[in-house]
Amino acid sequence: MDVFSLLMDGFATSLSPLNLMIVLLGVTAGLFIGAMPGLGSVNGVAIVLPLTFIVPPSSAIILLCAIYYGAMYGGAVSSILLGIPGASTAVATTFDGRPMAQQGKAGLALIAAAVASFIGGTISVVLFTVFAAPLADLALKFGPAEEFALVLLAFTTFVGLGGDDVLKTIVMICLGLVLSTVGLDLISGQPRLIFGDLPGFYSGISFLVLAIGVYGIGEVLHTIETSKTAPQVTPARITFKELGAGFRAMNRLWRTMSVGSFLGFFVGMLPAAGATPASLMAYGIARSTSKKPDSFGKGNIEGVAAPETANNAASTGSLLPMLTLGIPGSPTTALLLGGMVMWGLVPGPMLFIEQPDFVWGLISSLYTANFAAVLINLALIPLFVWALRMPFTVLCAIVLVLCIVGGFAPSQKMHDVWLIAGFGIAGYLLRKADYPLAPLVLALVLGPLMEKSFRQTLIAEQGNVLAFVERPLSGTFIALAVLFFLLPLAKYLRKSPKDGVAPAQ
Amino acid sequence: MVTADRVIAASLMVFSAYLMWHATVLPIGWEGSSGPGGGAFPFWLSLVMLLASAGIFLRSFVSPPKDDKPFFDPEMIRSVVLVCVALLVTIGAMQYLGTYVALMGFLLWYLRIFGGHSWTLTASITLITPVFLFFFFEVTLKILLPKGVTEPFFLPLYAIFF
Repeated sequence: MDVFSLLMDGFATSLSPLNLMIVLLGVTAGLFIGAMPGLGSVNGVAIVLPLTFIVPPSSAIILLCAIYYGAMYGGAVSSILLGIPGASTAVATTFDGRPMAQQGKAGLALIAAAVASFIGGTISVVLFTVFAAPLADLALKFGPAEEFALVLLAFTTFVGLGGDDVLKTIVMICLGLVLSTVGLDLISGQPRLIFGDLPGFYSGISFLVLAIGVYGIGEVLHTIETSKTAPQVTPARITFKELGAGFRAMNRLWRTMSVGSFLGFFVGMLPAAGATPASLMAYGIARSTSKKPDSFGKGNIEGVAAPETANNAASTGSLLPMLTLGIPGSPTTALLLGGMVMWGLVPGPMLFIEQPDFVWGLISSLYTANFAAVLINLALIPLFVWALRMPFTVLCAIVLVLCIVGGFAPSQKMHDVWLIAGFGIAGYLLRKADYPLAPLVLALVLGPLMEKSFRQTLIAEQGNVLAFVERPLSGTFIALAVLFFLLPLAKYLRKSPKDGVAPAQ
Repeated sequence: MVTADRVIAASLMVFSAYLMWHATVLPIGWEGSSGPGGGAFPFWLSLVMLLASAGIFLRSFVSPPKDDKPFFDPEMIRSVVLVCVALLVTIGAMQYLGTYVALMGFLLWYLRIFGGHSWTLTASITLITPVFLFFFFEVTLKILLPKGVTEPFFLPLYAIFF
């Protein structure tokens, strides 16, 4: 069957009344979560995941993806109206979105953000549809050695491209991997790292416990500390006249928006990169190729369109390796992966063969979610303006309650709730000390796969370590991983010229 | 900031050593032709973590950062600590007083005393939240939240909804 007919079959699933309602609900919830300053897609998915037990697993994933989508749209709202990015992915949107709002053009900026998000989402979903099946076919050839090499590659991108402190990144990757080994040994079944024989540790540490702790409680603590003064909401009205002006203005920005979409999609696929760097890069390119680079940062509509196309495209891009290879391209997709595993829908090439209905239903739901998001976003702008006036203390109290009850619900153990509180406080402190949290969450989710594939390969190859480099595909991945790992070292050596060779005259 | 950086790096060093000690319960070496033992993965990764955090610790002495801002915002740290304590007290109370009493107490404190909101807002959120949680988790999802000593009060409700 070709891709088109598979996609059409998918629409039969995603346009069913339940799934359509779920998409609308998820997108609306995502828009509000994204619009709240501080809360982004990853916080939304972490807090809402326990609530999704209420619908069947395949619909739950569609719901979470819709929230992911909605949150990417919503992030722009607080960037423009408050001047505070709704999430780090919307930082670049504040550069020109905020000046536009201060000049009384908040409505125009919001329209530009919504339309740009839609274009970015649409182009990237089409790219996703085109690349998904071939990539899954390629991944079918992967054995444990390739799986291990690919996970290793995912982690080394954090070291090479992550932009955070290299040593701190390594600490967080190792911490996540070690925490993932808590519980029963995968091969021998013996208990390990069960800290004082606490029964709660026998079943391991769930990704959800870490995510709710770090992205729920940790985020609230961070918000409390940084919300010294209540931000000023800029009023925004949307009239049909403004809508028309917005669409006309956007019509001139096709080049910027296409560059942003393609760039966002491919940058988004990398685990270490994702939507934040993609949107900053798109902004940079738009400014440097503009005829009037000086107008950027002073309320140029192009400066809103570029990052918004890129961050939406990146969120779709990060779904591609998650669904086809089982390697998430962002912390949010790491949570989606964890959720899918929990529900028995293990992402990877086999999913395309065993559950084509689900896979193509999910892909087609991205189209409906994208379409729903732009309409709901434009329609609900007055509501966002009202919701943004909600005091932080009310929002934080509700999020904390949801974290506690949501943390208890999946396994119904108080042990997990205590762990959530512990991870929340530790995560807050680590974040303040500039330790990156994304590699920690990714490592906890990917840890079991990494250890299993490593040990399976060695058992199959009678302990021959060279098996990883002898196979062509895994050898290539390992070589790339080594390259990424050495990248910071190379940068460091280039920075200190006295250690290197003097440049040629 | 430098002090906090050192304290966090040192705690991570201690924690990695603790993890290494726990990992040695299972074999950490190479088990003949079947590859590494069950403790190897956590043990050697904890060692890498120990070395990396030691690197962060030592680096703070070699090249301390130029602008040393305080780690905590002195005006806001009191609020953060208060919320942390309230959170831990609430979780502790869940087992004994039950989820609903604990969470209502938490909301009451957070909204009225910590947030300084009006009684109308406080009362409505404090009363609506447990009702929502009951219908969402207990009635729809059949997930029973801890009740502690309040268990007998829920028996009539169970009789209606289950």
